[in-house]
Amino acid sequence: MTTTQQSGTSLGGGRGDLEPMALEKIARQVRWLIVSTVAASKAGHIGGPLSATDMLVALYFHELDIDPAQPRDPERDRFILSKGHCAIGLYSTLALRGYFPVAELATFDHGDSRLQGHPDMKLTPGVDVSTGSLGQGLSAGLGIAIGAKKQDKDFHTWVMLGDGESEEGQVWEAVLSAPRFGVDNLTAIFDVNGLQQYGWPAQERDRFDRSEPLGHVDLESVLTGFGWNVLTINGNDYDQILAAFEQVRAWHGTAGKPTAIVSRTAKGRGISFTEGHFTWHNGVATPEQLEQAHRELFGTDPEGAQR
Amino acid sequence: MKAQRKVWGETVLSLAGSDDRVLVLDADLATSTQAVQVANELPGSFLELGIAEANMVGVAFGLTTLGYRPWLSTFGVFLTSRSLDQIRMMVSQTNAPVRLSGAYAGLLNGSSGKTHQDLEDLATMRAMPNMTVLAPADEYEIAAMMPWIADHDGPVYLRVARDAVEPVFDADYRFVPGRVYELRPGGDVTLVSTGVQTSRVVQAAGLLAENGIEATVVHVPSLKPIDEDGLVAAIGRSPLVITVEEHSVYGGLGGLVAEIMAGQGGPRVIRHGLADRWSESAPNDFLLDKYGLSPRRVADRVGYLLGDRHGVPEAASA
Repeated sequence: MTTTQQSGTSLGGGRGDLEPMALEKIARQVRWLIVSTVAASKAGHIGGPLSATDMLVALYFHELDIDPAQPRDPERDRFILSKGHCAIGLYSTLALRGYFPVAELATFDHGDSRLQGHPDMKLTPGVDVSTGSLGQGLSAGLGIAIGAKKQDKDFHTWVMLGDGESEEGQVWEAVLSAPRFGVDNLTAIFDVNGLQQYGWPAQERDRFDRSEPLGHVDLESVLTGFGWNVLTINGNDYDQILAAFEQVRAWHGTAGKPTAIVSRTAKGRGISFTEGHFTWHNGVATPEQLEQAHRELFGTDPEGAQR
Repeated sequence: MKAQRKVWGETVLSLAGSDDRVLVLDADLATSTQAVQVANELPGSFLELGIAEANMVGVAFGLTTLGYRPWLSTFGVFLTSRSLDQIRMMVSQTNAPVRLSGAYAGLLNGSSGKTHQDLEDLATMRAMPNMTVLAPADEYEIAAMMPWIADHDGPVYLRVARDAVEPVFDADYRFVPGRVYELRPGGDVTLVSTGVQTSRVVQAAGLLAENGIEATVVHVPSLKPIDEDGLVAAIGRSPLVITVEEHSVYGGLGGLVAEIMAGQGGPRVIRHGLADRWSESAPNDFLLDKYGLSPRRVADRVGYLLGDRHGVPEAASA
């Protein structure tokens, strides 16, 4: 297998059978697919997908009870990427997991492609809910969780939201209502990477220094106060991610209320020139930057195909 | 005479009773919309979402992915305006079988009504891909539409009126999507209407007949889909077509008829409704008169357009 992962083979993996070291290795490949695909498409989001990569990889290669050969299995766990602009992170993960050929990522955001710039459940195998307009995914996940309870189905529904996205009012409508339905089969992952596209200029600082979308909010207290179980982790640390998953599994069907994972991450995580820089909310890497990213991720130069 | 919302509550209760896929979702208006009938009789088929309509639309969408056929119940304006983005992305884009029941749609929604009137719903819902848009005339038509909606695989917007009107159909009515109904023949002018306004237009035609003016009355309950040929045939060679609706003159029935007739080289189309203006909070009779929708005012307006200069030139039309 080449490190650039353009071979079209899936990495396999099933529930619980990949541990942190292996997940970390897959995450490097996902990160490479994110920057190289966006570079090839000449437009797309970078920072959000990279902050979420470790959680996506942990979900799809460790936690979710899914079968890429049966993407519509009614008993499967569900995942909703509410921060839909991070689609390339989801697509890269789904491709490596075997939902469609890795080579298909080359069509990302092109006309007639199954891989639209925002997730489309009608087009892409493995996408459970269409998203894009921010703030809507948790409501859909709540509906699915309520329906699963009514049908005595045992699957778990996961929703990933961004901290910037959580400025949308509908998020808090869903947060407010979910505990009323006893949905301990629903987990909301708040990917708190601390930056958004433009953000909130901090008054006395340099104009390129941005304050966090939810920086003034005690998110854990707020979510606890709304009636949720809350776990806080470093969302770029697999030991902490997997420990949180274990707790979610213990609460599934027993806790009587939904769970929120406050997943503190770094925007643009894993590549030095994107990590922590809000200007890389979206962006296209130059050939030199791509080479650098490859060296940082794999310790080698890319094999020329990306030039 | 029976209010459409009452029939809506009875019918959705009966649908839920015979089909586990039917769930009724409420946003704290169950007594107004009559979803309370389901809450009382079939609590397992009822979900209270509170005063949070955007979330309700998303929850409804989520339920459809597990095979449910949710009926949303709230005031139309909170669905079609407040939750427009959610309907657009989650329901229209995915062709989800969500039943958007917009109660109190139109001009007449009781006291303190100004901000709750929905006079743009037909325009916005008609522009949504995959959406079926229905505006029944009376208690019988809504009762006949609802079983059809229950079996339909895509999303539907159903306009539900608050108050009872004089029926124009009877219990034998059968709903055919897209079909237009000629309720009365005439040769001088064609009046095209939708929703409960049709009842008032039929009465207006009676007033016109007393003055020797024969009006064809065409009822359009299904704005989307629409049988275009049927509409053109019903309008025929009328010298003048006037659309009349409890809706803005932009984008609703008037827009629909004008769009279709523009391709026909046909007669002039006058759109009569709320003409780019806000209404106000007031009793029904006052609102119908002031905004030109009572039978008397519709008749006066038609008379004016046919040359009676004692008619109503300033009425809310375009």
